[in-house]
Amino acid sequence: MQTLLLVYLVSAFLPFIFAGKLKKAIPFFLAFVHFGAFAYFFSKIERIGNGDILRETIPWVPQLGINFDLVLNGLSIAFALLITGTGVLVFLYAHAYMKSYKNLGVFYFYLFLFSAAMLGLVLSGNLIQLFVFWELTSYLSFLLISFFHEKESARNAAFQSLYLTGFGGLVMVAGIILLGSVVGSYSVSDWVVNAEILRAHQFYLPGLMLIFVGVFTKSAQFPFHFWLPGAMQAPTPVSSYLHSATMVKAGIFMLALLSPILGGTSAWTYTLTLTGAITMFMGAYFAITQTDIKAILAYTTISSLGVLVLLLGIDTALSVKAAMLFLFVHAFYKAALFMIAGFIDKKTGTRDWRNLGGLARSMPITFVFAVLASLSMAGLPPMLGFLGKELIYEAKVQSPVIAPYVLVLGVAGNALMIAVALFFLFKVFLGKAKNQVQIKVKTDWAYIIGPGILALLSLFFGLFPAFLGETIVEPALISILKRDYNVELKLWHGFNTVFFLSLFTVFLGFILFYVAYTRDSVLVKWRAFNQRIFSVRFVDVFNNLLKGFLSFSKRKTELVQHGYHRFYILTIFLVASIFLWYQVYVTIGWNLDNVFTLRPFYVSGLVLVIIISTIFSMVSKSRIATIITMGVAGYGIALLFMYYSAIDLAITQIIVETLILVMFVLILQRLPLFARLSSKTTRLRDLFIALSFGSAMTVLALKSINVNFNHPISDFMIENSYTKAYGQNVVNVILVDFRALDTLGEVTVLVVAALGVFVLLKTKKT
Amino acid sequence: MEIVLAILIGVLYTAGVYMLLRRSILKFIIGIIFLSNATNLLVFISSGIIAGQPAFVDGTTPSPNNLSDPLPQALVLTAIVIGFGIVVFTLALKFKFFETTGTDDLDQLQQTDN
Repeated sequence: MQTLLLVYLVSAFLPFIFAGKLKKAIPFFLAFVHFGAFAYFFSKIERIGNGDILRETIPWVPQLGINFDLVLNGLSIAFALLITGTGVLVFLYAHAYMKSYKNLGVFYFYLFLFSAAMLGLVLSGNLIQLFVFWELTSYLSFLLISFFHEKESARNAAFQSLYLTGFGGLVMVAGIILLGSVVGSYSVSDWVVNAEILRAHQFYLPGLMLIFVGVFTKSAQFPFHFWLPGAMQAPTPVSSYLHSATMVKAGIFMLALLSPILGGTSAWTYTLTLTGAITMFMGAYFAITQTDIKAILAYTTISSLGVLVLLLGIDTALSVKAAMLFLFVHAFYKAALFMIAGFIDKKTGTRDWRNLGGLARSMPITFVFAVLASLSMAGLPPMLGFLGKELIYEAKVQSPVIAPYVLVLGVAGNALMIAVALFFLFKVFLGKAKNQVQIKVKTDWAYIIGPGILALLSLFFGLFPAFLGETIVEPALISILKRDYNVELKLWHGFNTVFFLSLFTVFLGFILFYVAYTRDSVLVKWRAFNQRIFSVRFVDVFNNLLKGFLSFSKRKTELVQHGYHRFYILTIFLVASIFLWYQVYVTIGWNLDNVFTLRPFYVSGLVLVIIISTIFSMVSKSRIATIITMGVAGYGIALLFMYYSAIDLAITQIIVETLILVMFVLILQRLPLFARLSSKTTRLRDLFIALSFGSAMTVLALKSINVNFNHPISDFMIENSYTKAYGQNVVNVILVDFRALDTLGEVTVLVVAALGVFVLLKTKKT
Repeated sequence: MEIVLAILIGVLYTAGVYMLLRRSILKFIIGIIFLSNATNLLVFISSGIIAGQPAFVDGTTPSPNNLSDPLPQALVLTAIVIGFGIVVFTLALKFKFFETTGTDDLDQLQQTDN
């Protein structure tokens, strides 16, 4: 599996290498890689079905329980087959669809890298690793949505999806870390072992909710659903691959992965069923009033994702079975319908059903596939969708506690779905041919083969569900439920509650469809009604939040980064003196064994001279007096060095002080007089800050004298100065021998400074 | 004597910070000088001060225990020289700045461009 991921990674870069005529072969080649991976996973089905789990581990940070863990079990193989299988068809479709666009290399790079990330995600056996792939899919989704980046709407939609899914991912990793800290590992298998402890821990609820935020943003659940219709700005192959079959299912995968660990509690059930039910109904409700066929499909996708979340929330064996089956049902028909919608867009130049009609005559084969896919979406026999819907109803009827409201919303949602599916078929393919452009598309087959295979699979598995049920759904179910479970799928379930519910749903759906189809005004009014009732659009709320945040940070930045140099300095010293005083206050217990004495008097006198000239330098209005008194202070310090056994320091200080004075005097006549720029209150404020800082430093100095260092390093230098370095002046030996490299650095600094001064003074005024 | 020197350090720091907060760039530079002097003294006295015992050794007689500590001296020596480099460079910069803009006021220096 490592090799497989590596092959994916390497293949992703091929679009950049292929040039010239080979360029046309890129999508075929990448589809072939997908096919190879599909075959690989397919060959493993039997072993997985026997209960084997393939596992590969590369140690990453084993101390923290973070490893690069690849696990192939029933759950991940189901997703892997879905990703690679639809991958083949999507790349074949993309070959036809993307032909006329520029930057194809980049497009295929993104799309294939996405496949690799998605595959890595579902094979992850470690949650940190899963998070990395999770974020990778978010970023690639962003890049793919904004592929037509010259369109502003595409850029906005891309940013919206990135903000939401990226934000969700970060929230999720917080939850993962929270729960990981309980277990002490991020390995899924460790979590499974410790499931009981996790569920009983006080971090369970916060951790679960944080993970749910990630899942809900990724899988477009209410109230984070709005990014998905926006994501329809992406090229259609992307919509059919990322935003219906794979990426949005990452959240579902996460729920399926965690359900044996975190599931089964009332928090899990109520949150998921409520969110799922609302999303399911809302998606279907809004789908019917859309006019863009891609938007219709986007909203029905939201609805289907709601169904999946709902089913995993119910968390019975039956509901998980229904979820796993519906995963395939949905991937088959939705990817097919997206591809068909893209084909129609290409053929006619529009995606608005109001301008479409009678396409069955010009695209008969596509029509047949569209009928199959739509029937599957509506959940009518003999399609796989019917089976899925029956199972879902069964799961809902048998769901403990929450059955009534879930059932009502479910029936309403499904009826809407039927209406949408029929409406799509009748408006677009039947009826009068509208006066529309017919663009000649040469490679019709390439457009049709993808949806064709998927639609036929919907039909085939509807008629012969045994293979799908026993070899794919069953192992997936076993790895979720962690116990044996026998899956038998039948098309005909007999006359029972579920059947009558189905019948009622179909009846309701047909009525809805009939009303909407025969009277155009109904839909128009309905749309207007929706706009009035739901005047608060989530997209707007989100954008306003974003705007508010931006203007807040702008104001904050303007406040902090005001551009006044002295206020920066003031802030620094104010904060520093507050902290210093706090520290002094905390360590008040030190005892000072020095006594205050003015002896010897000549030193005290020297200090007094330095203090007086410093103060004079501070307040003087005359430039020359300021500089001279500053010099006096400097020379005074040199004398202090001299008295306290630091000859070299004294010499250096005298030289430096002299040079500075010379420099000042040299440029002084070219500089302006001191101007009194600050008011008296400002000066008092500055003096106060300076005094508080200065006094803090005095206390610090007093304290530092009494910290005993025991001369640990200097002893070595004093001992070895003469014997090893042949120098009597230890300070000099340190500078040129023990720490010679430091001195080299110092010399370099001086040279650079000298060069800088030279350049500054030499360049002419421009 | 340490207490007197500590007070001196406090005065030097006060002067340095006060000058740094002035709008005149010339005063700002003088502030830097005071600040570096104060810091040099702080490091110097932190190892304890001993009068009249410079760290000289000749290798023949065993070195006396109450030698002044040479390491802080070496550090401060480096600091003095680097401080000098900074001051000289800032002065040249200030000179150029005044030549270009004709002002000594730091508040006029809010943008890096124009």
